[in-house]
Amino acid sequence: MTIERVASTVPVGAVHTPDSPLDWSESAVAGTVVRDDRVAPNAPWSAVVPAGQVLTIVDVGGNQSADCLIYRADDPDERYSVPDTLAAQRNAYVDTGTVLRSNEGRALMTVVANEVPHQDTIGGACSKESNTLRYGHHVAYQHGCRENFLTEAARHGLGARDLVSNLNWFMNVPVEADGALGIVDGRSAPGRRVALRADVDVLVILSNCPQMNNPCNDFNPTPLRMIVVRPETIAGSDR
Amino acid sequence: MTTISEIDVRAKHLTDSVGNARADARAQGGRRSEWMPYLPASESPWCPDGVDPAALTWAETVAPGGYTHKVLARGSRLRLDDPTGDACAHVVLFNALEPVERLNVADTQKIPWQAYLGSGHPLLSGEGRILATISADTSGRHDAFCGTTTDGVVETKYGNADPHGPTPSGRSLFVKAAAKHGLTRRDLPPSVSFFQGVRVDGEGTLQWVGSAGPGTHVELIAELPLLVLIANVTHPLDPDPDYRVGPLRVHAWRGVATGPQDGRFTATPELHRAYLNSIDYCDARGIQ
Repeated sequence: MTIERVASTVPVGAVHTPDSPLDWSESAVAGTVVRDDRVAPNAPWSAVVPAGQVLTIVDVGGNQSADCLIYRADDPDERYSVPDTLAAQRNAYVDTGTVLRSNEGRALMTVVANEVPHQDTIGGACSKESNTLRYGHHVAYQHGCRENFLTEAARHGLGARDLVSNLNWFMNVPVEADGALGIVDGRSAPGRRVALRADVDVLVILSNCPQMNNPCNDFNPTPLRMIVVRPETIAGSDR
Repeated sequence: MTTISEIDVRAKHLTDSVGNARADARAQGGRRSEWMPYLPASESPWCPDGVDPAALTWAETVAPGGYTHKVLARGSRLRLDDPTGDACAHVVLFNALEPVERLNVADTQKIPWQAYLGSGHPLLSGEGRILATISADTSGRHDAFCGTTTDGVVETKYGNADPHGPTPSGRSLFVKAAAKHGLTRRDLPPSVSFFQGVRVDGEGTLQWVGSAGPGTHVELIAELPLLVLIANVTHPLDPDPDYRVGPLRVHAWRGVATGPQDGRFTATPELHRAYLNSIDYCDARGIQ
């Protein structure tokens, strides 16, 4: 028996279609830009954001899920907690004013601007493992957010023990009356933004989601822009 | 029961020698409390109907504000009983062989396309495997959104969050239970809770629905060797200003894991592949 030589089925960096409209936008909050990164489709990103600075995440191509984890920079054992965030605000979604809380119940970051309603934090990240359940074992070699998280976390001395349920900026996960829940078409658009103010020094780890089997990125992974600003001093503010 | 003579022993400080102290300590043995482990497990006064007491491997009544933990073999049945309607069983599961594999609440809600826990629902790890299956449920009031309480929440609500005090947080009890297995707070993922329900409305608002009343139970099947941590504390959304928690009864007994002969095995394509993944892992490990 001969094995036919075929091109690999492993996606090698799915990129947005050439005619995708891209809107790179600008920071949602005025201030001195201290960081301005472009994150390629499928790639991870991380940065320490000092207390008081504001991270704007730009959905450059629209409906691009930005899977996000947050840790206290000085004590990564304290990290973003979905249940503590939800229970404290008694709502399953994230919007302007949401305080992103840690597993100790403390504020890590606060959403200070948001252009997409009902940001998701219950859907979790895609992974090779969960993809096999969702779509079949044939997708086991596709890239996933959990792999991006592990790769990027390792750069900060963190590993599998440190991965917990995450935020999914620009992803839409409705919960229906009978508890039915799932990822459906997004409500974002090119250039839409969310802005997060660091309440303590935080490490943000992000995966620009490579998922191509569900609508989380419109089946067309596009870039993200990550802008960190030191806000302009406001009279009477101590920052 | 404390007898008059024992009180006399202490009142008269007759524990001033090793012999007397030993006699005093040994005289305490054999007493019973409302909440305690029953050993051997077959001695449980609350053996579930239809279960052979000789098959029991764990029998315990967990105190309000108490916690417990156990390693269970694959195939074990784990039953939680809420006799008063006031228990709230906060649960975290780990693969006992590799605790880095643990409960993943997001996958537990996302993979079955269902946010509310109930009979047939898998409790999934982040490794694409089923840790445990919910095989029976007479309560229907559970929650996978809100996790457990932190010290901050408990202190604000009840005034005292000492983990050794009368109103401990679930988080602090999980930290202690995890520490007994060499794990730290770094290893604790979000938990699920049984017997106090939460529902989500169209706007995402979390609605407290509380308990289904006294006398309900939930049963789980261990699909991998499991490390189980349980804290019996108030739910984060519990509107009661008092720290009201009832005793939680825990029983486990020997059984076999879900296999092709069970209707659950192929109930959905997602469940089927998840069971296949768990069995594949156990086969390679030489676990029945």
